[in-house]
Amino acid sequence: MKYIDEYRDERIVRSLAARIARLATRSWNLMEICGGQTHTIMRYGLHELLPPAINLVHGPGCPVCVTPLEVVDKAIEIASRSDVTFMSYGDMLRVPGSSRDLFRVKAAGGDVRIVYSPMEAVKLARAMPQRQVVFFSIGFETTAPPNAMAVWEARRTGLDNFSMLVSHVLVPPALRLLLTSPGNQVQGLIAPGHVCSVMGYWEYEEICREFHIPIVVGGFEPADLMEAVSMLVAKLESGRAEVENQYVRSVCREGNLPAQRLMREVFRVCGRKWRGIGLIPESGLCLRDEFAAYDAEKIFEVSGVTADEPSECISALVLQGRKRPTDCPAFGVRCRPETPMGAPMVSAEGACAAYYRYRRGRAPEATA
Amino acid sequence: MNSFVCPAPIGLNDTVLLGHGSGGKLSADLTRDVFLAAFQNPILARMDDQAIVSINGMRLAFTTDTFVVKPLFFPGGDIGSLAVHGTVNDLAMGGAQPLFLSAAFIIEEGLPMETLRAVVTSLQRAAAAAGVQVVTGDTKVVEKGSGDGLFINTSGIGVVPEGIQLSASQARPGDRVLLSGAIGEHGIAILAKREGLEFESELASDSAALHTLVAEMLGASHDIRCLRDPTRGGVSSTLNEIAAQSRVGVEIDERAIPLREEVKGACEMLGLDPLYVANEGKLIAIVAPDAADPVLDAMRRHPLGGQAQIIGSVTAAHPGMVTMRTLVGPSRIVDMLAGDQLPRIC
Repeated sequence: MKYIDEYRDERIVRSLAARIARLATRSWNLMEICGGQTHTIMRYGLHELLPPAINLVHGPGCPVCVTPLEVVDKAIEIASRSDVTFMSYGDMLRVPGSSRDLFRVKAAGGDVRIVYSPMEAVKLARAMPQRQVVFFSIGFETTAPPNAMAVWEARRTGLDNFSMLVSHVLVPPALRLLLTSPGNQVQGLIAPGHVCSVMGYWEYEEICREFHIPIVVGGFEPADLMEAVSMLVAKLESGRAEVENQYVRSVCREGNLPAQRLMREVFRVCGRKWRGIGLIPESGLCLRDEFAAYDAEKIFEVSGVTADEPSECISALVLQGRKRPTDCPAFGVRCRPETPMGAPMVSAEGACAAYYRYRRGRAPEATA
Repeated sequence: MNSFVCPAPIGLNDTVLLGHGSGGKLSADLTRDVFLAAFQNPILARMDDQAIVSINGMRLAFTTDTFVVKPLFFPGGDIGSLAVHGTVNDLAMGGAQPLFLSAAFIIEEGLPMETLRAVVTSLQRAAAAAGVQVVTGDTKVVEKGSGDGLFINTSGIGVVPEGIQLSASQARPGDRVLLSGAIGEHGIAILAKREGLEFESELASDSAALHTLVAEMLGASHDIRCLRDPTRGGVSSTLNEIAAQSRVGVEIDERAIPLREEVKGACEMLGLDPLYVANEGKLIAIVAPDAADPVLDAMRRHPLGGQAQIIGSVTAAHPGMVTMRTLVGPSRIVDMLAGDQLPRIC
């Protein structure tokens, strides 16, 4: 398949690994930001192909994982109502809230459905005027435009039984927090290619200047990631803090301008709690006041629902790349995909789930 | 450890979830903890797709399966033909010649009579094509809302020829793992027709009766240790079951697994792993090393095994675990699915 096979070609991947080994004269800590990239690294075992000097650290870019406990609780409260049809991307259903998850709401008779596109929720709302259709609008800048489009379309067509529970997050503020934290050891960043295909990468140029850290916009296939690592190592070895785009087949500097316009029209930037990390100022998106009629938090009056994250949970450190999943005493013992304790074990893109699924007891880190 | 205060895991034992029916880890736990615990006996304990019972010296294979597929009609088949193929295949995986089926219908009030007739006609055609007869049956009608249109249960009986002894507990280190063709077609064909998922696909289910393929394979060699059809839970669940029951490891090679471009594309788009997607017309054979080539040749001569491949081997290393050499070289674990495969968000 075009755009897939050549990026999973063993010869290309191995020659990139050899180039990295030639370039690296000392050890470097590199962070891949996006959970999709972590997934590829673990699934294909790319870390095994890298020289030991290159240490890949997994970033906070799993939208399911960083959705805070209280938002999951809000979702559960709304989804439990008999007049509501609650629609969500699949991986949110298994994320544990304070006492249960959305799958259990469904098992108890709640109308909870998995969708691939928010427009499906709009369509369903139109087809079922007697039901309140609520879409769980989560994710990074990647899912924000289609979700914005759903609200925009609902307003355009005068739908009055559609709303969204919004918990969008933005990558750059989280990166700034990470890079300013005292324990930070990350020396180079692989920026999330899908986020950048929407937002472009000019925001990352600012981060690069601010923190003197090289950043490569990376794709999601094995060859993409190996090439991104080789670009980063080349920059680090020659002391060049600059931004480069590896994922040129999808990303341009300005990004997708109509998508950004739509996002701005529907959402405004707001403070947002991140699961395991806490409140990060200006790190989220909320519905603008003009779209308040579509805000499920207001309609169903769940704004007051709060839940405190357990302060000692290691998922905070995992999401910041400061601990590996295998450093957690519960990993693979009490915390497994079928009984997830923290969100990184739930989503396929969560670092804990990726380790458990593909590398349990096999990764060099796991035995270290 | 005591200071570790992650949110407590939500117990799995309080409610039945959809994931308990996915054919993955939750299904295995449910079967072991509820059903095996209650019905414990040596025949059931074999945990094969069929029970093999001896009656007056004759070895009979006996199996049952219930079909709840939605939509009732899909490219490549319908719930009627599937109800025949599924049960015939469970018998065939024991090496049996399938003979008789039962068919029980649970019908939701309001189902158009025309739909029921179409399904029954299809079921009859599939049975005739497979050379089996439906010799007993049952009908129940439930209130609107208590079912989902139509559920069908079929049970089947077949005769196991002399000298054939197949079981998932017989895999030995050195054995080869054979796969009869491209994977994931049934699951993706069904998914493409589900409401809420809009993608066009020419893909048809691979639903087919495999007993004639099995007969060809057994004709080529009796050194076949185990046959399994990787239905719910896909190839990964089947291989994990074999690894667990035989207390061996299984190593497969991603490059050797046949996959149609349409399935690959759909899986890429939907974020699914084809190793976990259901098949209804494929089988996995664990074969003694010397028998691998003759069995493979026999499979490839049969219309349902034209794309058969040796995809891996059985090892004494890592008992109970399945690993796969990935396309780019390193190996990874192929785990049993925890619940349903969840669509990825981005």
